[in-house]
Amino acid sequence: MTLPDDRLGTDDDRVMRRGFALMGRGMREQKLLVSISVVGSILFGFMTVADAWVLGWATDHAIRPSFENGDVAEGAIWGAGLLFLGVALLRALGVIARRLIGGIVYYRLVASYRRLVTRQYLALPMSWHHRHPTGQLLSNANADVEAAWAVFMPLPMAIGVVAMLVAAVVAMVAADLVLTLVGLIVFPALFAINVFYQRWLSPRVTHAHALRGDLSSVAHESFDGALVVKSLGRESDETDRFEAVAHELRDANIAVGRIRGIFDPLLEALPNLAVLLVVVLGVGRVASGAAAPGDVVQVAFLFTVVAFPVRAIGWVLGELPRSVVGWDRVEAVLDADGSMDYGTAVVPGLGAVRLRIDDLRYRFTDADDDVLNGLDLDVAPGTVTAVVGSTGAGKSTLTSLLVRLVDPRSGRIRLDDVDLHDLSHRALADTVAVVPQATFLFDDSVRENVTLSAADVTDEQVWAALRTVQADGFVAALPQGLDTQLGERGTTLSGGQRQRLALARALVRRPRLLVLDDATSAVDPEVEQRILKALAAQTSGGAGPTVVVVAYRKATIALADEVVLLADGRITARGTHAELTATSAAYRDIVDAYDQARQEADA
Amino acid sequence: MSERTMSAAATDRATGWAIIRRGLSMAPAIKDGLGFTLLLAALSTIGSSVVPIVVQRTIDHGLGEGKRTELSDIAPELGLAVVLIALTAVVAYWMRVRLFVASETGLADLRVAAFRHVHDLSTLTQNAQRRGVLVSRVTSDVDQISQFLQFVGIMMVISLGQIVVATIVMAFYSWQLTLVVWFCFLPLVASLKFFASRLSAAYDTVRRTVGEMLAVIAEPVVGASVVRAHAIEERTQRRVDGGIDANLHANTRAQSLVAVTFASAGVAGGLSNAGVIAAGVVIGVAGGLSMGTVIAFAFLVSLIVGPVQNATQVLTEAQNAIASWRRVIELVDTPADVVDPGESGVALPDGDLDAALSHVSFAYPDGPIVLADVDVQIPARQRVAVVGETGSGKTTFAKLLTRLMDPAEGTVLLGGVDISTVSFAELRRHVLMVPQEGFLFDATLRDNLAYGRRDADDPDLLRAIDDLALTDWFAGLPRGLDTRVGQRGESLSAGERQLVALVRSALADPGFLVLDEATSAVDPQTELRATQALERLLDGRTSVTIAHRLTTAENADRVLVFDAGRLVQDGTHAELAAVEGVYARLHASWVAQASLGLDQH
Repeated sequence: MTLPDDRLGTDDDRVMRRGFALMGRGMREQKLLVSISVVGSILFGFMTVADAWVLGWATDHAIRPSFENGDVAEGAIWGAGLLFLGVALLRALGVIARRLIGGIVYYRLVASYRRLVTRQYLALPMSWHHRHPTGQLLSNANADVEAAWAVFMPLPMAIGVVAMLVAAVVAMVAADLVLTLVGLIVFPALFAINVFYQRWLSPRVTHAHALRGDLSSVAHESFDGALVVKSLGRESDETDRFEAVAHELRDANIAVGRIRGIFDPLLEALPNLAVLLVVVLGVGRVASGAAAPGDVVQVAFLFTVVAFPVRAIGWVLGELPRSVVGWDRVEAVLDADGSMDYGTAVVPGLGAVRLRIDDLRYRFTDADDDVLNGLDLDVAPGTVTAVVGSTGAGKSTLTSLLVRLVDPRSGRIRLDDVDLHDLSHRALADTVAVVPQATFLFDDSVRENVTLSAADVTDEQVWAALRTVQADGFVAALPQGLDTQLGERGTTLSGGQRQRLALARALVRRPRLLVLDDATSAVDPEVEQRILKALAAQTSGGAGPTVVVVAYRKATIALADEVVLLADGRITARGTHAELTATSAAYRDIVDAYDQARQEADA
Repeated sequence: MSERTMSAAATDRATGWAIIRRGLSMAPAIKDGLGFTLLLAALSTIGSSVVPIVVQRTIDHGLGEGKRTELSDIAPELGLAVVLIALTAVVAYWMRVRLFVASETGLADLRVAAFRHVHDLSTLTQNAQRRGVLVSRVTSDVDQISQFLQFVGIMMVISLGQIVVATIVMAFYSWQLTLVVWFCFLPLVASLKFFASRLSAAYDTVRRTVGEMLAVIAEPVVGASVVRAHAIEERTQRRVDGGIDANLHANTRAQSLVAVTFASAGVAGGLSNAGVIAAGVVIGVAGGLSMGTVIAFAFLVSLIVGPVQNATQVLTEAQNAIASWRRVIELVDTPADVVDPGESGVALPDGDLDAALSHVSFAYPDGPIVLADVDVQIPARQRVAVVGETGSGKTTFAKLLTRLMDPAEGTVLLGGVDISTVSFAELRRHVLMVPQEGFLFDATLRDNLAYGRRDADDPDLLRAIDDLALTDWFAGLPRGLDTRVGQRGESLSAGERQLVALVRSALADPGFLVLDEATSAVDPQTELRATQALERLLDGRTSVTIAHRLTTAENADRVLVFDAGRLVQDGTHAELAAVEGVYARLHASWVAQASLGLDQH
């Protein structure tokens, strides 16, 4: 078991510095509510001390006189009762302010930073998204934001406790100086033990937490691959793999438990021993007349009521390292800059657009070479062009460039003579639609998944788009038709059905250039044919968009007016399928692979 | 809160004990010595009651009456108190360590048992949506139980113990004052259940809003390119903000309930102190009580305030933990629908295997019939293609052949043996299902290949790669067998994942292969490699392939055509293509799709 103990030691200053800066930031942002909760917490602290004072006062002014005189000191009894009740009510008020308002501070900070982080996700360019794994971004917006502000849960209480300790010492000094000494020994000791406790515990808790993550990964992977596991009969091996992590987690949890087992009883016993010490010293003080019995009772009671809240300081310190780690991750997202700058132009006119690409160059972030290397292409309006190329030729990159999911290093893309860069974001989205191979559906109704809340799309238009993509049948068969909820808690669709909805989503916006990036890969071949034919018919009939389709299947190629071969980052050949087959060996190599496979199989 | 839900909560609690009992018997390591641990827990509550008693004794020994009190008067009691407090601390430590070790050990066993059981449930391979839920059964649900046993449960025991001990000490001093104290706490204790059910409902809302929020937060991340391409940033932000706000409100509401119940316990404490002093003085002056006793009561009341303060949350968390425990128990109690005959299983004959299905039907429980009365013989070394539209029953047919499911009626024989009588270990050695998408584990290529055969060494792996004519592809991998494939193999292309799956299958060396052909398009070079590799893998083996391609059906020895859960056609490609029917129609669409390829011949 490796623990980041040593590292923690050297990072201590940084954790403290960053931790206090983080607390300062949160307090500034929720100034009013933090103030209310801290005032509430201080009220709680003072009233806790006051509770002990009331008991001391009651001892000396109500209880002892009554017992000594054998006569109920009515006025004093009423006074003591009202004091107890008043203190309790004020303390309750403090508790509510501390717990409720303090909790709201935490939840508001979390909500506000979730909003900031997700706004960044929406503003940052796709190139940034591509550099960060999905899982990491999700946890930045969820677990990390929560971890960052978690320190605010115990913080108001801890601040109140500091006030409470000051008040407790003042009350002790007022009661008796010698008894105060006990407090001056015990309070720092409690504080030190708490700090030491959290120091020791915190890395082990973090370790156990990380193991819980590992365990979940193993279970996820094993269940995802269940078919492979089962068909190869590897259930026992998988169980062994899971068991190894489960046992590691068990040991880590037990290690945490042992530390808790030592400190929790110790922190409970210490104030009790302090009370005994107060009694021992108190007997002498009362005997010598230096203190009244009420003073002794008050100081003893103080230890009983103060001991538990003191732990809050330990909680804050224990939470700090995790908060700092969370904040580091959140801050990395918030500090990321870069966004797409859009123009204000629109593409004039209506109907299919001409696409012209000049000398387009693109390079992946870490690559040494351009993936697109001076690509030129001219697509006439109202035509279907198939892009063919081997894996890694840059076909998908080209489609991303057409909607500016990424921007090229150099070169121009124009739609009817308007540079893509000059278009407003709205105009770009209205003019060009790309349908990728991987489909994303929203946790929403079928209708919303197609319209994406566009107000001007009628149900008739939705159905028309669904008909074109051969999805009207299965949508009509869904329990609530267009209103059927999709996603995690809704109906599940097959890959082919999802792709068809994504196609309908693109079509319903009546784009003037439609780019399909292997967008029908999961659709039954027969259905795919019907979809593509319907699309091609619309386009050639003048009612549809200009279509650029990245094609693997020959049937798709067959429907294109023109085929272009993408190789070495450029268009190296173009023409009809027949022309290219006749003139380009590279084209034949790629397109004929199916046939070669078949011939070999036949041989 | 309606009466119906209240009574529902009552039945839940009644069965709560049953769940705990059943849960404990499932994880015997927890139960081991639990009685002694509980005894230690009870003993550990004594320490806190020592202080009020000492306070009472000291005051009544003179502190109160202004007389000279010698330390020696109370020295024995003080000494005893110190010893008791120290002992209590030791007992508390001992109790906690026992509890942690026992519960963690037992729960780790429960986790592993549940995990193993999940792999025996066919829902795992049939319902991808349920997988996330199953993962939470062996992770967060067990964590919740662990939390319950170690903190909430033991806190309940200690709290209850503390209240009982405090009440006993109080009653020993004065039954009248005890009644006063309890009278002050009564309204709160009586309303605990009410608050707990409100809080539990509030937390349910919190959990629901968390789920909804996570889903909308995923939109700008997982759906980033869709959002960008359709310029729907504003809509997305609106949805995300809506999810975040709903969660914020739900949390605020739950928090306010916690704060109110927590605060009211303090008020009840103040009320008791006031009552105790008033009543105590009145009774005391009349001669019934000492002054020390009255003051000791204030200390005793503080022992009750803490447990009552936390009671609402403790009850709520206990409910959640029991719900988790119930879910885990239900999972483990779900009978494996496909049962491994294990040791008592029969062996399959060595060598080539033939298959025979007689009158086989399949339907999901309470579902429509998926496959009806299938009767078919597949001779050894025959290459069979299964075709049909989505939902025709062809995948079910394949799963029955590999015993991923059992038929509702009829029998499946391999090599003349009913496969339901063959042990899994034996069956998996002879029969292999190769799924559509090559699923890889996040490990090296070596580990993923060796998944097919446990004892395979590097030369074995390289030989298998060579056997499938994939050496040139393998040579192109910069790190060879040490190549890390990434999560689900995502560092490799879809086509390459299929290649790895084929080598893995070759290493497993089954006599009977069932393949689900990949539908997603991969680049032509890899496609060609996969086709060649598959060709070599199938050579000399009995195979059944769920075919999505024309060539697969054309090259098969025999084609089985399924339609609406029935085997409707059976013959060679040539025979079936020549007659009107389902196959001719499917074939025509394939031909249309590949027409460009055909016109070259």
